Amino acid sequence: MKKNYYLLSDGLLKRRENTVYFVNKDGKKPIPINKIYSIYAYGSLTFSSQAIHLLAKEGIPVHFFNYYGYYDGSFYPREKLLSGDLIIKQAEHYLNHEKRIIIAKKFVEGASKNMEKVLKYYSLENKISTILLDLTGCNMITEVMNVEGRIRANYYQKMNEILPENFKMEKRVKRPPENMINALISFGNSMVYSTVLSEIYNTQLNPTISYLHEPSERRFSLALDLSEIFKPILVDRLIFYLVNKRMLSEDDFEKNLNYCLLNDKGRKKFIKEYDERLKKTIKHRELNRKVSYKRLIRLEAYKLIKHLLDSKEYTPFVMWW
Amino acid sequence: MLSDSEKELRIIGTQINYYFICKTKLWLFSHHIQMEQESELVSLGKLLHQKSYKDEKEYTIDNLISVDFIKKRDCLELHEVKKSNKMEKSHEYQLLYYMYYLKDKKGIENIKGIINYPKMRKKVTIDLDESKEMELMDIIKDIGNVINNEAPKPVKMKICKKCAYYEFCWI
Ligand code: SF4
Repeated sequence: MKKNYYLLSDGLLKRRENTVYFVNKDGKKPIPINKIYSIYAYGSLTFSSQAIHLLAKEGIPVHFFNYYGYYDGSFYPREKLLSGDLIIKQAEHYLNHEKRIIIAKKFVEGASKNMEKVLKYYSLENKISTILLDLTGCNMITEVMNVEGRIRANYYQKMNEILPENFKMEKRVKRPPENMINALISFGNSMVYSTVLSEIYNTQLNPTISYLHEPSERRFSLALDLSEIFKPILVDRLIFYLVNKRMLSEDDFEKNLNYCLLNDKGRKKFIKEYDERLKKTIKHRELNRKVSYKRLIRLEAYKLIKHLLDSKEYTPFVMWW
Repeated sequence: MLSDSEKELRIIGTQINYYFICKTKLWLFSHHIQMEQESELVSLGKLLHQKSYKDEKEYTIDNLISVDFIKKRDCLELHEVKKSNKMEKSHEYQLLYYMYYLKDKKGIENIKGIINYPKMRKKVTIDLDESKEMELMDIIKDIGNVINNEAPKPVKMKICKKCAYYEFCWI
């Protein structure tokens, strides 16, 4: 089984034959190449070009995060799975406004319904499904985005009712986050984005053609689109779990006058629990097979491919539990 | 590097195989929607080949690697090794295609195709005659028809469970 490797400290990636070594101040740790699915680099990482050659050959993406734990960029190896036919379809669904808006709405619908599930788990009344009705009348992407924004506002407001006093959020602030809950959301969201990008890499989808977000917004904007669906499931639920179980406390943050970040200790806890969630399996209703949360993302990509190929209309993943 | 005609040879060989197995698989493969993982079955096939035919000297003509091994006796023998014990049309026609290719494009006369079923200690010899050649041409034409149309809807079969496209087809 291939695994994600999370490198939290500064260090160097070197290659010797078919093994890469992560060298840091504590020593040298070997990672056999066929065990690596993706690498997440949180410290500053130096590469030997030999290591890059091997990662490229094996098709292993590396995601880089900056000091704040934000996503900085990825080493996205040359595509191994390419389908000219699919790329043309992908572009066609972007260029044709009617086709584009259908997909954009589905992403918002999926994201919203998952947010609703999160709140429902805590028996919180909310307006999400009412606001979602407005989606039907939207003809422009900006209108779709607007509905999404209103839903998110309602969602974050309700989220406060789940959080302990010291974790409550006054407003959602992204860059840099100024309180603990914003720090957790930002940190988690950039992990999901990277996880989604790795899944896209393992399909024929082109990550730069997106539908809800503008392709110009970020280089891999399709990962932004698909992340929307998984953020409530993978990040928000994890945050409630960590905070309400008192697994995270003020000690796990580094605070400054105008920003608040997870410190090393906090990151370690968050990443460990996040990775465990990715590996957790559920019995999939349609497939009648066990699949991991991580695999759910891949399946979402497959559903999108089928939609683009006109073989089955896309319906977004919504938690059924 | 494989030359274009060698690549084409291998692709058509696989397409013929899929044509008999599943049209959805044929369509997806032909449109380069391929799944990333080598299924366990593929490696099992490889293992079986290595175990049962260890001392055969493997060599290839034209990088024709889809054939498991080749023997030169009084005629040229193309050998395929199969793990299932059923004589399947897909195996037969895939091999027939390689024979046809060697005959037609390389001018090699006197070719024999042999499918080995090591589990059963059985061998089946396949000959390329004119009627088989005609049939082969029809199949290749029909493959074109399948590919140039809409993707065929998957139909659930027993083999789906072990197919690399399982999740893709049934999600
Ligand atoms: S899963 Fe079944 S229907 Fe789909 S490609 Fe494989 S064999 Fe064909």
